[in-house]
Amino acid sequence: MSELTLTVMRLGFLAVLWLFVIVAVQVIRSDLFGTRVTQRGSRRQEARPQQGGGRQQAAPPQQRGQQPQPTGGGRSRRGAPTKLVVSEGTLTGTTVALQGQTITLGRAHDSTIVLDDDYASSRHARIYPDRDGQWIVEDLGSTNGTYLDRTRLTTATPIPLGAPIRIGKTVIELRK
Amino acid sequence: MSVVTNTTTIGAIEAPSRRNTELALLGFAVAIPVFAYLNVGLAIDGEVPSGMLGYGLGLALLATVAHLVVRKWAPYADPLLLPLATLLNGMGLVLIWRLDQSPRLIATSMRLYKSFSPDAPSQMMYSAIGIAMLVAVLLLLKDHRVLQRYTYISMVAALVLLLLPLVPGLGSAVYGAKIWINVAGFSIQPGEFAKIVLAVFFSGYLMVKRDALALASRRFMGLYLPRGRDLGPILTIWAVSLLILIFENDLGTSLLFFGMFVIMLYVATERTSWIVMGLLMSVAGAVGVASFAGHVQARVDAWADPFACAKDVAACDQMTEVLMSFGSGGILGTGLGQGNSDLIGFAANSDFIFATVGEELGLAGVMVFLLLYGLIVERGIRTSLAARDPFGKLLAMGLSGAFALQIFVVAGGVMGLIPLTGMTMPFLAYGGSSVIANWALIGILIRISDTARRPAPSPAPNPDAEMTQVVRP
Repeated sequence: MSELTLTVMRLGFLAVLWLFVIVAVQVIRSDLFGTRVTQRGSRRQEARPQQGGGRQQAAPPQQRGQQPQPTGGGRSRRGAPTKLVVSEGTLTGTTVALQGQTITLGRAHDSTIVLDDDYASSRHARIYPDRDGQWIVEDLGSTNGTYLDRTRLTTATPIPLGAPIRIGKTVIELRK
Repeated sequence: MSVVTNTTTIGAIEAPSRRNTELALLGFAVAIPVFAYLNVGLAIDGEVPSGMLGYGLGLALLATVAHLVVRKWAPYADPLLLPLATLLNGMGLVLIWRLDQSPRLIATSMRLYKSFSPDAPSQMMYSAIGIAMLVAVLLLLKDHRVLQRYTYISMVAALVLLLLPLVPGLGSAVYGAKIWINVAGFSIQPGEFAKIVLAVFFSGYLMVKRDALALASRRFMGLYLPRGRDLGPILTIWAVSLLILIFENDLGTSLLFFGMFVIMLYVATERTSWIVMGLLMSVAGAVGVASFAGHVQARVDAWADPFACAKDVAACDQMTEVLMSFGSGGILGTGLGQGNSDLIGFAANSDFIFATVGEELGLAGVMVFLLLYGLIVERGIRTSLAARDPFGKLLAMGLSGAFALQIFVVAGGVMGLIPLTGMTMPFLAYGGSSVIANWALIGILIRISDTARRPAPSPAPNPDAEMTQVVRP
């Protein structure tokens, strides 16, 4: 065997070995780039206990499509509500800090506040701040409706401080 | 505009089974050793080696069987574990076969034992048994959580496996280390299997006790010390296995077990104090053992300055040969079949096989092999991250940690980074127990990764699906 052939084979073999490593790394590229990072700011404060410390499920699509929201931080207005309190129903006493994210209410597991209430729909209502930081409640086409004080909501409505919002047997209100 | 974030969740976009990727990589992983056979044959004899077709077809057959079994019984398994292990096993076969061709080693063997038998055919047989082991693991172990039931049985089994070489009539001492048993004409190294069984025990035990170990602790000099009753059983098993190993003069394995123990304890409890304590204890243990056991003393001398004692001590002589071998390889190596690593007269194809890689494939080749091992470890840790149950997490972490430590101990020992301890390079070195045990290890990792990557079953009682009751006015 000529010296040249052997040299070519030697370098070729090393090249093939490296090629295998590169191909293998390409296969697991998704570990580095192909994963989805879901930001779940508000889910820490949710009322229900974490089950068993197991792997947290990724948030469902509808929660990820959040519209641009005012960054709470420095521009909290005087007199603006800072927390949401459940005052009636099975979750009585639960409070959730308002930090500028949308809060969804319903029986679905992925809601911010999971209502254990037979009269609530899976996706019942949502509460979100508008551009000025005013908190708005909107019914999401629920079966039994969402009531602000005594009136059934038909459109997105601003929430006055302390006004009771009734969902099934649950009543929540915004407080400072 | 970003929202205030407290947690981020990382999840794969989709979990395709990727079996076809695995098949393509397996084809590649079989082709590379065949190329290597060709290269060795052309370099040594100047002709295409006669055994090439046989070994190539044998390896391809084994890979096909393994792939089909994985495709049928573990369809969501990690696509890289099997090709990486196959490539390493195939390259091990080539390197052993290459050393079989060496006239120097044949002459040495004839002089010492009056006979010479090539090792490559038996390594091929061990590889076949190893693949059979992988198949058996995948067929019998439908769910790795079954192993959880055998936590304490595995503790006993590990102790028995470690004690077997000390049984008179069964165990046999080879080169000062009593780690072998003879059963029906075969030498078996039970320590290799004890590694897996001990990982099962540690993960089963730590899964139950990790909260007690992590939280119910006293603060002492900045370190968190757990209560004795939580730590007792695990310290006992550690001390017993360590004592046995010291008694058997097998320090590489005891280092491996201790390292695995510390890694798993750290992963289970998230307490850094374990790392500190582990390092302190291993330093104390190493100094203590080195000053008492003569067998180890020689190894430490050989590590500190092999050239000073090369004339008198066999351990130093081997070390100088290995270092020369690595050195003469340079960056690109001498080419397969063209090096002189067969000058290492002792254990050239088992403990010191990495020196052949270093000489004939050079730094570039050594890096490839370390990367291949690194990728196996990475896949194992990734599996551990993705696993949904704490037992699977700990087991995958323990097994890949043990694998990584073994690579470190062997490669570091051969290259002169740490004192040499007689352990085998997984898949590469000649030795039945090692190949079979490591294929079983890969089998368990494949099983855990299959469970981890399988799409999650939908939760059984789904309240979302229940009807909302309508309020009647």
